[in-house]
Amino acid sequence: MSDQEDDIILAELSDDELVLQMHDDLYDGLKDEITEGVNILLGRKWTPYDVLTKALVEGMRIVGIDFRDGILFVPEVLLAANAMKAGMAILKPLLAETGAPRLGRMVIGTVKGDIHDIGKNLVTMMMEGAGFEVTDLGINNPVENYIGALEAQETDILGMSALLTTTMPYMKVVIDTMVEKGMRDDYIVLVGGAPLNEEFAKAIGADSYCRDAAVAVETAKALIAKKHNQMHA
Amino acid sequence: MSDKMMKLLNKQGWLLADGATGTNLFNMGLEAGDAPELWNDRHPDRIKALYEGSVHAGSDLFLTNSFGGNASRLKLHSAQGRVRELNRIAAEIGRDVADREERPVIVAGSMGPTGEIMLPVGTLSHELAVEMFHEQAEGLKEGGADLAWVETISAAEEFAAAAEGIALAGMDWCGTMSFDTAGRTMMGLAAGDMVALVAGLKSPPLAFGANCGVGASDLLRTMLGMAAENPDKPLIAKGNAGIPKYVEGHIHYDGTPDLMADYALMARDIGVSIIGGCCGTTPQHLERMRHALENTERGDPPGLDDIAARLGGFSSPGDGSGEGGPARRERRRRRG
Repeated sequence: MSDQEDDIILAELSDDELVLQMHDDLYDGLKDEITEGVNILLGRKWTPYDVLTKALVEGMRIVGIDFRDGILFVPEVLLAANAMKAGMAILKPLLAETGAPRLGRMVIGTVKGDIHDIGKNLVTMMMEGAGFEVTDLGINNPVENYIGALEAQETDILGMSALLTTTMPYMKVVIDTMVEKGMRDDYIVLVGGAPLNEEFAKAIGADSYCRDAAVAVETAKALIAKKHNQMHA
Repeated sequence: MSDKMMKLLNKQGWLLADGATGTNLFNMGLEAGDAPELWNDRHPDRIKALYEGSVHAGSDLFLTNSFGGNASRLKLHSAQGRVRELNRIAAEIGRDVADREERPVIVAGSMGPTGEIMLPVGTLSHELAVEMFHEQAEGLKEGGADLAWVETISAAEEFAAAAEGIALAGMDWCGTMSFDTAGRTMMGLAAGDMVALVAGLKSPPLAFGANCGVGASDLLRTMLGMAAENPDKPLIAKGNAGIPKYVEGHIHYDGTPDLMADYALMARDIGVSIIGGCCGTTPQHLERMRHALENTERGDPPGLDDIAARLGGFSSPGDGSGEGGPARRERRRRRG
């Protein structure tokens, strides 16, 4: 690799160049550069929504692909998500002011009996990185927590995580409760965690199993789009 | 006491370690979410039965019920003040079980990850991690463990912190990591990286290797990767008994005792000298493994095709070593 281009001046790049550079900087987890890039684009009269989707979300999408493919690992993704967060901190108030469209809202939590949260946190970060709003319930959630959070505000997706073979069956308890309450079909239910698989997700009545955080984002986008299409059909 | 394991290993040529702790305790009635370590105090009879299960099935070495016995994990059960006590009892029960045997049995004090991500990516400092591992090691030592046994680690920094903490307690140790993400650990270490990591430690383990992860096939692929680096220390393999399946409301590992016996033989042929199981491995599996190891001649190391044919396919196309695998994207500017 040549290092001749080490001294890139972000402000001197054209819009297109800068956006590509920001994708790279997200990939490398460069927080300060992302903050700078966001401010430059805003200074050039970009809408906050365009900065979010074209620079940050697209950059995180690329990170997600390489995470999914086993090229990037948790440390790189956490650094990228931190850089993304720094950019989001600038954009969030502006997005609220401008009433930009929302992709969707997710409630996520690790199930009762399970205290693992690294995977769930990754999904939260990647979902936020993709423009979703996420309510994170944390670890060890009984079914009431999920139901309560779903009822508290308009939500599109329920995400459940379990890292133990002994706690994963609890996901079915949550889904069964949703069915009893007649609310199951109102939500997209995604499940994930090391010991799970597609077969299990089907068996318990979830919409999809997500192998990792990147797949969770892809699946969420696809299922939300499908739901919208059905609503308008 | 310190070289007891190596002596036994030199005499026998291989050692049979134990099977699962967590999944076996669940079979004894542990509720999901409860800390298994609290049972050391509350149900010492069950912990004794757990240890005896392995020992009577032929294990030369077994791990204590202290995997989540560090301050960070126990804090989730408001038991962070009981680290020393719970680890001591875990080892004491083990010592008692081991000393009742006529043959030598090694008590290995299990130490799992803190569950935190370390600086600079996460929030846990090196100093605090060392302190937590040290505290746990002192408890295990006090209870009479022969050595400390670090397992299921995914970050190089945490492995190094464990080494340092154990050294402060003046114990020997063994350490394994979990390679569960496209052939690497969750934090991105490939098998070869761990060999280099161990070689660079100031207080290196007596033996090292892999545990848990995806299934027995993946684990052996990792062992092939380690063996290829010609490490100067004995290798450890503790693979899961197959893959968890959801059957009528329960989780069941699909690896049969015969499959695990086959896995044990292949591990030995690869050059692994300490062989055991992880999740889903019961005393029935261990018995078959022991029987196979005692009654089968060593063979040539299996290739990847042999492993897949005998134990099932791999969870990812590559072993994470980067050879022939996808590389990181080209960027305009390198981090530096």
